[in-house]
Amino acid sequence: MKFFEDIRVGEITNLGRHTFTADDIKAFAARFDPQPFHLDEAAAARSHFSRLCASGWHTACVWMRLTVNYRRREGEELRSRGELAAQLGPSPGFRDLKWPKPVYAGDTISYATEVVEMRPLASRPGWGMIFVRNTGVNQHGEPVMSFLSMVFVECRDRELRES
Amino acid sequence: MPRLHWEDFSPGQVTECGSRLITRAEIVAFAAEYDPQPMHLDEAAARATLFGGLVASGWHSCCVLMRMLTDGLIGDTSFMGAPGVEEVQWLAPIRPGDRIKARATVLETRASRSRPDMGFVKFRFELINAADQPVMTLTVSPMFGRRAANATREDEPMAPSER
Repeated sequence: MKFFEDIRVGEITNLGRHTFTADDIKAFAARFDPQPFHLDEAAAARSHFSRLCASGWHTACVWMRLTVNYRRREGEELRSRGELAAQLGPSPGFRDLKWPKPVYAGDTISYATEVVEMRPLASRPGWGMIFVRNTGVNQHGEPVMSFLSMVFVECRDRELRES
Repeated sequence: MPRLHWEDFSPGQVTECGSRLITRAEIVAFAAEYDPQPMHLDEAAARATLFGGLVASGWHSCCVLMRMLTDGLIGDTSFMGAPGVEEVQWLAPIRPGDRIKARATVLETRASRSRPDMGFVKFRFELINAADQPVMTLTVSPMFGRRAANATREDEPMAPSER
């Protein structure tokens, strides 16, 4: 992860793509969200979704996985150039999570994140808070997920002070 | 026909949705798949983070809550999913061996203007640890089928376009 000082409002990061298979959709749903429309094609056909679709939590968890993968790659690139990578603090949560369209079996979702606001933390010197809008778009260009999350990011001066 | 419909919910109703032991194996398995960060994967690495030890991914908490609500409340209702989640707050970490409870409180109900067969119920869901401390709150307005609509489609479920 980049340091707080190196992040800019408006920055958009493409996190990568993921294809949701019917088997993955059902396996996730069986563990965490066992609704008929996430578990079984025939039951889904009779539901308001009309077809087997992924749990919205599944769509969001894949965002998390791709985000972790991206941050890891970014950290490795920084270190390979001899630079330091910033630490992340705990996230206090998120809001405005929307699933405007279902993710159907076979859909490929492209995930991205955009920095929408940032502020230094008076209460925790050396750390800043960034607000990011995270999105998922299907292969037809239709948004399937969006939410606003908050992350604590280390400032460069904290790293310098403590090293 | 499910036991509870939109009409059966009213503001102020509180439902306790059981408890669940969160194991180290479960925390690590979820993280390996969806959130492979050190504080969710490895005790020694987690001690070096701000959490000071292994903690569950916040997304794992969301998924556990979804499962507990399904088993303890919405499994026997005309639940139709949710178009999104208004807010999630991660207030305190869940650690291996924590026994957590889920609680659902109805905040408000409203009929759908465009869909007479369904309505929305706004809930605050909480995960609460053994010290009776909320570790997560989630505010969401899922859709539920209305009793009359379900009665007419009891024998032969119909797709939305047929209703």
